[in-house]
Amino acid sequence: MALLRLDDVEVAYGDMVAVRGVSMTVGTGELVAIIGSNGAGKTTTLRAISGLLRPRRGRIEFDGARIDGLTSSDVVGRGIAHVPEGRQLFPTMSVLENLELGARTPAARAARDGTLKSVFDLFPRLGERRRQLAGSLSGGEQQMCAIGRALMALPRLLMLDEPSLGLAPVMVGAIFDNLARVNRDGTTVLLVEQNVLRALRLCHRAYVLENGTIALEGPRDRLLADEGIKRAYLGR
Amino acid sequence: MAEGLRAEQVRLPAPQGLILDPVLVVQAVVSGLLFGGVYSLMAIGLTLIFGVMRVVNFAHGDLMVWAMYLAWLGATRFGVDPYVGFVGAAAILFVAGFAIQRQLVDRIVDAPHEMQILLMLGVALVLENTALVAFGPEPQRVRTPLTQAALWLGPVFVDVGRLVTFAVAIALTLALSLFLYRSDIGRQMRAVADNGYGAQVIGTDVRRISALAFAVGAACVGAAGALVAPLLPFQPPTGLQLSVTSFNIVIIGGMGSLLGAFMGGLLVSVAESLGAVFLNPSMKELVSFALLVVILLVRPAGLFGRRAI
Repeated sequence: MALLRLDDVEVAYGDMVAVRGVSMTVGTGELVAIIGSNGAGKTTTLRAISGLLRPRRGRIEFDGARIDGLTSSDVVGRGIAHVPEGRQLFPTMSVLENLELGARTPAARAARDGTLKSVFDLFPRLGERRRQLAGSLSGGEQQMCAIGRALMALPRLLMLDEPSLGLAPVMVGAIFDNLARVNRDGTTVLLVEQNVLRALRLCHRAYVLENGTIALEGPRDRLLADEGIKRAYLGR
Repeated sequence: MAEGLRAEQVRLPAPQGLILDPVLVVQAVVSGLLFGGVYSLMAIGLTLIFGVMRVVNFAHGDLMVWAMYLAWLGATRFGVDPYVGFVGAAAILFVAGFAIQRQLVDRIVDAPHEMQILLMLGVALVLENTALVAFGPEPQRVRTPLTQAALWLGPVFVDVGRLVTFAVAIALTLALSLFLYRSDIGRQMRAVADNGYGAQVIGTDVRRISALAFAVGAACVGAAGALVAPLLPFQPPTGLQLSVTSFNIVIIGGMGSLLGAFMGGLLVSVAESLGAVFLNPSMKELVSFALLVVILLVRPAGLFGRRAI
């Protein structure tokens, strides 16, 4: 059964429709990528799922229950954590405080110290810098901190918006390896990426978004072999 | 020639400044510092509200005057000493602040600044005029046995009322920083102040945190008002003056900085006290505004200016 299901979702900013008629599913345990160029509607789709934007039409279901129209704090309470574009940390607070703030729900708060240990296990660098202010971290460390903060909510679905943005290739590799590990450990992942090749190599399935609609979808191997994708996104 | 010489002498900065009586200076600094605890508490309330909501609370001084009247009512009707009654005043203002945020401020949190200013000025006017209707225009003062007592530290005179006011204000400031740095709600307030969107993304109930921040800010100024009621005669228009002093302190300390509001409160109070002694009591504001201008010239973001608490 699908953990997340979008059915004919339309999202608009005022009169400007950013996403129209998007339907997609993410199954439990999957790692699904949404790829596409700038302005294709990827971020808007994630924000609609998170309750940060209200869809104008369509339904969003999580674990069988409708979640469109809920507030973002309710959506987090249902078990969806969002690592936003640009990381959006609390720069004048310590790494530890940033992480602890991620444990918002009662269940997450009860398990806080244990989750913290596993986050430091995943990103040892964060453990070393736990007393440092988040604003003083490097870009890659900030991305780790943002992912760690989302994991502190003990999500069943982890959504990431452009985690590779502005990072050195080595750091992108490290972050993606960690995402694969988080997924192997049982968390469902929905990844939005402009770095199409990396995203396709990592995911099980992907949706290609163009101008607010789904242009193509399929398992990773089929998309990696697709001539149109090679031409448009992979540059060969 | 002789006239030129005299003009030269007149222009010398404060002739008495050259032959300052050290006891007088220490006296002015001590009494300014002791009064400053209240200024700090008042400014911390304003900076907390601004930090979390980016809304400037133009009704801040009027809330404080209401707390002074509450202390006065407590003392005159129920015989409650203001040094005890400040707890009640703070609690009442906490509730009032929560209600004002939920019913009014919440509607304009995302509005342009000029609309926010209109609403907050409206709240200030309503508060000031209801105080005028309820209590009349005569200046009031709360009497407590403590203000009659004094200590002598050598040649320096310490007013016991000011000392207690200062001690309580400092204790409340410490309690507030413990709350903001150690408690979960307090950390959420700092998180919203630091990055409101980031806080929303991780599931913080920003509306609830904002209402609580406004309530805590109002409670701070409520405690400050009750504590200062025995030291400062007040009437309904005093609110505007206190609002302006609060803004002055917050800008000197750096918008949104708690440490800045604390240090700024002490600094402005000492400056006013020195100004009152060495210039003229009615010119004390001149000194604190001159301080503001100098600080803005040297450090435009304020003493501890950053973008968040």
